[in-house]
Amino acid sequence: MSGLVPCQACPLPLRIYPSEEIAKIWGADAESFKRGLLLREKSVPAPDQDLITMSVEAARHALKRAGGLDPKELGAIYIGAESHPYAVKPSGTVVAEAIGATPDIHCADYEFACKAGSEAMFVTLGLVQADYVKYALAIGGDTSQGAPGDALEYSTAAGAAAFIMGREHVVAEIEHTHSYTTDTPDFWRRDLQHYPQHGGRFTGEPAYFKHVTSCARALFEKSSTKPGDFKYAVFHQPNGKFPQRVSRMLGFTQKQIDQGWLAPTLGNTYSGSSPMGLSAILDVARPGDRIFMVSYGSGAGSDGFIWKVTERIVEVQNLAPQTRQQLEHKPRYLDYGTYAKFRRKIRKAEKV
Amino acid sequence: MITARYWREMPQRYRYEAGKCVKCGYVAFPPRLICPVCKAREFQTVTLANTGKIETFTVIRVAPSDFEDEVPYAMAVIKLDDGVQVTAQVVDVDLDELKIGDRVRIEFRRISQDGEAGVIFYGYKFVPA
Repeated sequence: MSGLVPCQACPLPLRIYPSEEIAKIWGADAESFKRGLLLREKSVPAPDQDLITMSVEAARHALKRAGGLDPKELGAIYIGAESHPYAVKPSGTVVAEAIGATPDIHCADYEFACKAGSEAMFVTLGLVQADYVKYALAIGGDTSQGAPGDALEYSTAAGAAAFIMGREHVVAEIEHTHSYTTDTPDFWRRDLQHYPQHGGRFTGEPAYFKHVTSCARALFEKSSTKPGDFKYAVFHQPNGKFPQRVSRMLGFTQKQIDQGWLAPTLGNTYSGSSPMGLSAILDVARPGDRIFMVSYGSGAGSDGFIWKVTERIVEVQNLAPQTRQQLEHKPRYLDYGTYAKFRRKIRKAEKV
Repeated sequence: MITARYWREMPQRYRYEAGKCVKCGYVAFPPRLICPVCKAREFQTVTLANTGKIETFTVIRVAPSDFEDEVPYAMAVIKLDDGVQVTAQVVDVDLDELKIGDRVRIEFRRISQDGEAGVIFYGYKFVPA
């Protein structure tokens, strides 16, 4: 049996009300954004937080949940994101050093828009199943970028989730996977550009909905399952509305997606999105529960997973802070000016 | 900070590794070559406790150039649960509510960077426990 040993998400305490604060600055219709995106608030990284710091925190808690697993037993560390602090120098090197997993470890950073995290999960599962490594660490996260005034600015948030994959002490066994990929230019960022570009409404039907539903249906077919066979489902959450709509299209109920539906208070954490939702589900899942997960990354592709929760889940759920508890713990709200400063959207004079 | 020095200090900055004198038990953080108590030269590597309480603190309003954008911020002396005292920033906190005796825990954060094109320096700060 192979699958997740433990997992941990790292939500952040700083928030902003996008509809009120951001729409006010750019003269947009706040109510229309609120209704259209189903986003009440979103997380914001502090100036001293980035993908690497969030990954270290998530990984440390995941190790704690693994009953104090020796980090030296990790044979690989893969971090998926589109906001790696360095263009050249893997984020995983810093994270591996910080958690004490160096030097005998394979390390790589992944990039595939918002599904880079599930890519890392997919590959680590493969390594573990092939018995190349005993344990492997997969992290998905981002400090998402959205240009000032762009529709993305209302949803881009920050967070990360870390998963240790292994063949022993598994809390969620992997039953089936599927990947679905095409060349669909719905969202991209060219080299040296600070902010991504997107195709507006083109990001919907031919991109998100086509890829998520196609991957999901292939997964149903592969596994001979139907929506009613699952206790929980989680999808990529670019806003509150898309995952809700895609779940209805596939035949899932609101009850099945509620626990992992974090976007309304977290925002879109890009590569951390569906992985953080999965983490929130595993915080409350019971032995025997099946979880259906489909990520989405622009460009475009989806990774699908079917997890089956094992008896061991109850032993690890309280060993580290739970995702929703962290989200609800003393949030601090920013005004747009402070948000713009923290996200380095204000151009300062060069120091001489 | 030069890159080579940052690299040498990673064990203490990243993993909070201290040196415990094998002869008298004194814990040196950052690690030392010679024990200031008994002058012994043999140390065992130990990891510091990751929680503690604020012994005293001050709020920095005029900061060194690397930290200008962060003002106002708190610098505190923290007594860790293993008795070791460290000086560090306390973040994610309302400065008006911060007080001596508050419980805090360690978090991995960015400390500074060598300009927009240089190395990013990571290390420890404290947040409310």
